[in-house]
Amino acid sequence: MTNPNPIYVGVDVGASRTKVALLNPECKLLGHCVKKSGTDFTATADFCLESSLKMADASVRDMVKVVSTGYGRKNVSYSEESKTEIGCHAKGCYYYYPRAITIIDIGGQDNKVIKLDATGRRISFKMNRKCSAGTGAFLEEMSPRLDIPLEEMDGLARRSTEMVKLGSFCTVFSATEVLENIRKGKKIPDIIKGLFHSVIKRVIEMDAFTENVVLTGGVVAHNPYLVTMMEEFIGKKILVPEHPQLTGAIGAALYAMA
Amino acid sequence: MSDEKKVAIRRLSTAKDMGKFMADYYYELDDAAKDDKQKIAWCTSVGPAEILRGMGFLTYFPETHSAMLGTTRMATDLIPKANAIGYSPDICSYLTADIGAFLEGVTPLSKVFKGIESPPKPDVLVFNTNQCRDVQDWFSWYGEKFNVPVVGVHSYVGVKEVTPSHITSIARQMENIVEPLEKVAGRKLDMDEFKHAVTLSRECSDLWEKCLAAASATPSPLTFFDGTTLMGPAVVGRGTQKAIDAYKLLLAELEERVDQGLGALEEERHRIYWDGMPVWGRLGMHSKLFGALKANVIASTYCSSWIFSALDAEDPFNSMARAYTELFIVRSDDYKEQYIKDKLDYFNVDGIIYHDAKTCPNNSNCRYGMPQRLAEETGIPSLTINGDLNDLRLLSDEQTKTNVEAFIEQLEEN
Repeated sequence: MTNPNPIYVGVDVGASRTKVALLNPECKLLGHCVKKSGTDFTATADFCLESSLKMADASVRDMVKVVSTGYGRKNVSYSEESKTEIGCHAKGCYYYYPRAITIIDIGGQDNKVIKLDATGRRISFKMNRKCSAGTGAFLEEMSPRLDIPLEEMDGLARRSTEMVKLGSFCTVFSATEVLENIRKGKKIPDIIKGLFHSVIKRVIEMDAFTENVVLTGGVVAHNPYLVTMMEEFIGKKILVPEHPQLTGAIGAALYAMA
Repeated sequence: MSDEKKVAIRRLSTAKDMGKFMADYYYELDDAAKDDKQKIAWCTSVGPAEILRGMGFLTYFPETHSAMLGTTRMATDLIPKANAIGYSPDICSYLTADIGAFLEGVTPLSKVFKGIESPPKPDVLVFNTNQCRDVQDWFSWYGEKFNVPVVGVHSYVGVKEVTPSHITSIARQMENIVEPLEKVAGRKLDMDEFKHAVTLSRECSDLWEKCLAAASATPSPLTFFDGTTLMGPAVVGRGTQKAIDAYKLLLAELEERVDQGLGALEEERHRIYWDGMPVWGRLGMHSKLFGALKANVIASTYCSSWIFSALDAEDPFNSMARAYTELFIVRSDDYKEQYIKDKLDYFNVDGIIYHDAKTCPNNSNCRYGMPQRLAEETGIPSLTINGDLNDLRLLSDEQTKTNVEAFIEQLEEN
C-alpha cells in the first residue's frame, strides 16, 4: 500500500538546540520544531518529532525515512541513517541557493564555513577550533553578565550609536572587557553591538569567502541585525534562508529523500 | 557513520618482533645503567647516533620516552609540573611531559617493561637542533640535573638547497663534539666502528624506506598508525644489526601482503596522507576512526623523517652532515611542498590531513598557506585538525571526529 502523505524527516541534534524538519516529496516544509537539547538528547529528539508531526497534521506512519545529524546524531532512536552537520548544512543551503556559495553557520557551540561549487560539490570546509569564541555560546555567556535576556540583544544592538570594540579572542577575557566598559559608563546597546561585532570578526577570520555568502544558524535566526552588520563588514549582500536555524535539519531531510 | 565495532584492521604479526626489539633495547640500557659497565649517551631522535656508537656508547632517546608518555596518556597530567617550574604550556609538550615525568619520578617504561624503574642515567647528552631549538633547552636542563656535559650540533633551518657550505659547517660541528665525547667515553673514536655504524644506519634507513614504500600498493598493507610504532628501531636502533634484522622481517611480511593483495584495512576506499605529528594519546582512536570510514592513512611526512639516504661509510662526517641536513623539517617551504606533492603522487593519495600541533610549530606545516597552495596545484582536498602530540587538553575529540567524518563524506560524495 502506498503512503498518501509521505514525509521525510531531518533531525539536527546540536550541542545547544535540537531541530526537526519534515518535508513532503515536493520539499515543502510541513512541520518543524526547535528545542533546547538539554541533557537527554533522545527525549528531546522525540519531543521535537512529535511536535513537528502535530504541526504537519501527520503521523509516524507517514514517515518514509529519517536522517539525523549534529553533535547528538547517534542519540536519535528513530533515525535510520546519520550524516555530518557539514554535509547537511551544505545540502540544505544548496537547495535554497543552487549556485557556488560560501556557507557560514553560526551555531550554539561551533561555527562552520563550507564552500560549494556551482554543482553543489563540497570544495572545503572549516570548523572553529576548540574555542567557542564567536559562537552562540559567547552571546549566551554574556547575556547573564549584562543581565540582558538573549532575545532582547538584537533590539538593543540596533539602538547603538557608538559601538564598543572588544579586542580579546577569549570569551572570559571579553567578559572582563565588557565589565571594564560598563565601569567606564559605556551604553549597553553599544556594548551589545560590540559583542555582535566580535562574533562577526571570529567568523570572518576563519576563511576567505567567495562571491555568494549564505548565513545560517540559531544566532542568525534570533539576531537578524547581525546579518546587517556582517553585510556592512564584508561589503556584500548576504543570503539568508527563510528558516536559518533549520538548514541542517532540512539538509538531513533532503538526504532522507535522496 | 563510524562505528568502532565494525572496524576491521589487520594487525602485522611482525609488530610483535618490533615490540621485542624495543623491550631488548630498554633492558640493555637499564642493565648498563645499573651495573655501570657501559656509558650511556642521551641523544636527540635525529642526532649523531653513529658517532656515539663509534665510541661504544649506548644511546637513549628522550623523544621516544616522551612519545611513550603520550601513548600511555600520562603526559597531560605531567606537563603542568614542568609548567610550574617555568616551561610554558605553549612550548614542546615532549619537553614538558618528559621533564614533568622526571620531577614526579615516574616513567611509562616501568609500566611497559617490568623491572625498569627509571630511564637510564646519562653520562652525556648530545643534541642536534635540526628538530627544533627546544631539544637544546630540554637537554641543558638534564645536563644540569645530572651534572654531565651537554654537546650538540646547531643545524640550519629553511634550507632550500643543501650546499657544500652547509655540509662543511655541520660536519665540522660533528667533528668538534668528538673530543668532549671521548673524554666521557674514556676512549678514542674508533673509525672502523664509526664507519660500521654508518653502514648499518644506511642499511636500516634503506629497509625502513622500503617498508614505507610498500604502502604505495593498493590496498596498502600498512597504516600510518602502524608506522608510528614500527619506526621505533629506525629511531633508537639505527647503527645496529638488530634494527636491520627487525626491518627485514617487517619488509618480508609487507611484501607478502602486497603479493596477496591484502590491505591493512579489510576495505580501503580512500587513501589519505598525514602531515605533522601523530596525536600519541589518540593513536588507537584515530586508527579506528579512519578505519571505520574505510579510509586508510597510508603515508606521512613524519614516519619518513628517519630515512637517511645520504649516509656513506666512506665519508662518514660529511655524509652524516648531508643526511641530517636533507631532512624535511629543516627545509624551505617550497622544498616541503614539492616533497609532499611527490608523496601524494607516489602513494596515489585522495586527501590530506594536516595536524596542527599546538606545541610543535616545526612539525605543523599548515600555518603558512601550504594546504591552500597544494590544493590549488594538485586538486587534492585537505583537512586541518587542531590538536597536539602529547597535551590532550589541546584537542577536542568530538571536533576531530566530526571533521574527519565530514571530510571522508566529502571525498565519497565527490
